[in-house]
Amino acid sequence: MLNRSSKIWLIAKRELRDQLRDWRMLTPMLILALGFPFFMNEVSYRTINFINQFGGPPIIVDRLVPASIFIIGFFPVTVALVIALEAFVGEKERGTIEPLLSSPLNSKDLYLGKLLAGASTPILASYLSITVYLILVSRQQLQMPPIGIIAQLFALTTAHGILMISAAIIVSIQSTSIKSANLMASFIVVPVAILMQSEAGMLFWEGDDARTLWFIVIGIFVLSTLLIRLGMAHFHREYLLGREIDELNIRQLSKSFWQAFKGKAISVRNWYSITVRESLQRLRTPLLVTTVLAIAAFAVGYQWTITNVPSMLERASSQNVTNFTELLKKSPDLQTLGRDISVTYLFRHNVRTMVIILILGIVSFSVLGMFIYLINAALIGGVLGVFQIIGLSPLNLFLYGILPHGIFELPALLLASATVLRLGIMLVTPQLGKSMGDIFIELLADWAKVFIGLVVPLLAVAAMVEVYVTPTLLLSILK
Amino acid sequence: MIETNDLSKQFNDYWAVDGVTLNVKEGQILALLGQNGAGKTTTIRMITALLSPTRGWARVAGYDVATQGQDLRMSVGVLTEQHGLYMRMTAYEYLDFFGQAYSLSPQVRKQRSDYLLEYFGLQHAAKRRVGEYSKGMKQKLALARALIHEPPVLLLDEPTSAMDPESAQLVRNEIERLRSSKRTIVLCTHNLNEAESLADAVAIIYKGKVLEQGMLTELKDKVLGNPEFEVKFAKPWNGDALKPIDGVDITSRSETSLKVRVKRPQETNPILLSSLTLQGASIMALQESTRTLEQAYLKVMSDAQGGAINAQQI
Repeated sequence: MLNRSSKIWLIAKRELRDQLRDWRMLTPMLILALGFPFFMNEVSYRTINFINQFGGPPIIVDRLVPASIFIIGFFPVTVALVIALEAFVGEKERGTIEPLLSSPLNSKDLYLGKLLAGASTPILASYLSITVYLILVSRQQLQMPPIGIIAQLFALTTAHGILMISAAIIVSIQSTSIKSANLMASFIVVPVAILMQSEAGMLFWEGDDARTLWFIVIGIFVLSTLLIRLGMAHFHREYLLGREIDELNIRQLSKSFWQAFKGKAISVRNWYSITVRESLQRLRTPLLVTTVLAIAAFAVGYQWTITNVPSMLERASSQNVTNFTELLKKSPDLQTLGRDISVTYLFRHNVRTMVIILILGIVSFSVLGMFIYLINAALIGGVLGVFQIIGLSPLNLFLYGILPHGIFELPALLLASATVLRLGIMLVTPQLGKSMGDIFIELLADWAKVFIGLVVPLLAVAAMVEVYVTPTLLLSILK
Repeated sequence: MIETNDLSKQFNDYWAVDGVTLNVKEGQILALLGQNGAGKTTTIRMITALLSPTRGWARVAGYDVATQGQDLRMSVGVLTEQHGLYMRMTAYEYLDFFGQAYSLSPQVRKQRSDYLLEYFGLQHAAKRRVGEYSKGMKQKLALARALIHEPPVLLLDEPTSAMDPESAQLVRNEIERLRSSKRTIVLCTHNLNEAESLADAVAIIYKGKVLEQGMLTELKDKVLGNPEFEVKFAKPWNGDALKPIDGVDITSRSETSLKVRVKRPQETNPILLSSLTLQGASIMALQESTRTLEQAYLKVMSDAQGGAINAQQI
């Protein structure tokens, strides 16, 4: 362990020394870290004076300093992103990567050393910048944010830094030139900037008790961990040396996808019996996990509803109750459901949900996709809980209102979610001899096989049952 | 020490190396010759466990390239095609960094760095940043890096390129010294004179395949035929009178000289000389014609390319 950490530090130390000796990197970093706080301090001071002069809302005055800290922490990370972006591809372009890879340093040490060096400079620069700003704030007699908020802002800055740097290192491994890596940087900066805007909103409106931001900090750290794992899983010495030119060969990609999708099948029947079956066999464990998770989410949803909703109803004002009743009146009539909501509408809605689960699953290594899936399961539990509260049998609701179409819809949801779960897991799992692109194409083809072969037909049948059969059965128990 | 069997590497649809089988014994130097893009670097990268073979296997210093990459790299020193130095480090820092990568103790690192820097004449520049070095100095430092952990196997890709003649000689001397210390060396070079002066064995690689390989003299015999000897006469002599002798092929003749190819010179040359003397030839000298590795290489390449290389060059 000690030997391992010393090797990681060996790589990081060399990188850090290199960074500190590069005035082109050091000068802008220092200017940004030490100069920008003065600028922001002046802006804060003038803005607060302006607001006080014209009687603006006090919330802006209260939140200006935390918001400024937020921005100050972000800039050094963005600028220093270039260090991480060229961590591997820069060495490749300068020809220094081969001696390094020829040494006995193992791949994980190399990766973590680069990550450590890439992350420490921008994060330390951000800390320095924030500290300078806080000193200036204290001298300006501006209102200092509570210690909890300051801790939260430091944690958020660290989380943003690690998230961006771990993504940048992956870009650096996958790119074949510094130019292409830098172009890819916008795919890191833009989403983080959007995330920061929502965080800033929370910071503004939730006040000193912004607990949600702590959950976001945890979420970002989880995502960063997955990104680091993804990077390490696909860090192969061969990959860094084997490719000289980036080629986006659409024909080759389509061919690979089609081969994986079709498998060895020569007919549709054959495709189901061989190719789809093979994909299903690979889904055994993810299916088991998604089923267990769904049951757990269902139970949590049910339990939460029967525990919390009665007291919430007691606290509800008459206006709340009226609003809720009005809302219920607007919901479709079970007797005319077939006319109000079409099979196509339901089918399209469900297909769209499955595709959203996939897309969110891809960008978050299945985490967000699974989150949507589990919310659905928890909602079913919640609805059954509501039935329990109003004195109707949840079992009857399940048997007559959910099960008829659920026989088709729930397996479809399970299958689609299990493929997304597998996709996320496989992306962050090392696989020798395959590039990240190869693995992604295979996983996408696996999803498409299950989706087109099973999920879509199941959803089509479920939509028909839900429109024509479920309402009648549900009515029979509600009478 | 280095053994490969059917070693092959495919990139997409292209076989960069196709069925290379080599056997380099301890203390031997193998020169890997071939044009740019012939597959030499890919072969070296497979031997260093940087690229995994698509087919075949290789063992270096007892380690399998496919499964024991990290142990293997401990036993191999590599001088890559590009020197690959960190420009903002000093030479001393650079060697120390790689010494640590090879898990050498601080004392050994210092001792080895001092020795190598002094040997390659870089001691005076040891604390200067590598970016300020000349091309030759950089190449010497890169070679020092490959030697820092005293590996039993050395893979040298163009070790003397960009060097001045004195430095190149220094490096060749170092390679000779390494051979005498029982190190196994694979030398990729375009400098055929250098290969001839250093190598025990030669492999000529073309489009990923080994066209010819063997010990230097055997390979020359195989490619260029039997050794050629020239007999020089003191006085003009009519060569037509020479009676045929078993194992002797006359390749050219004039009044003052005669060129022959002989299979077993130690047996045939005395017979040839006595026969000439008996037939009245006044012999001034008998000498073997020079046959260079360059001639053999060009002949092999010419044959591979369907005689595209001018026969005069050979």
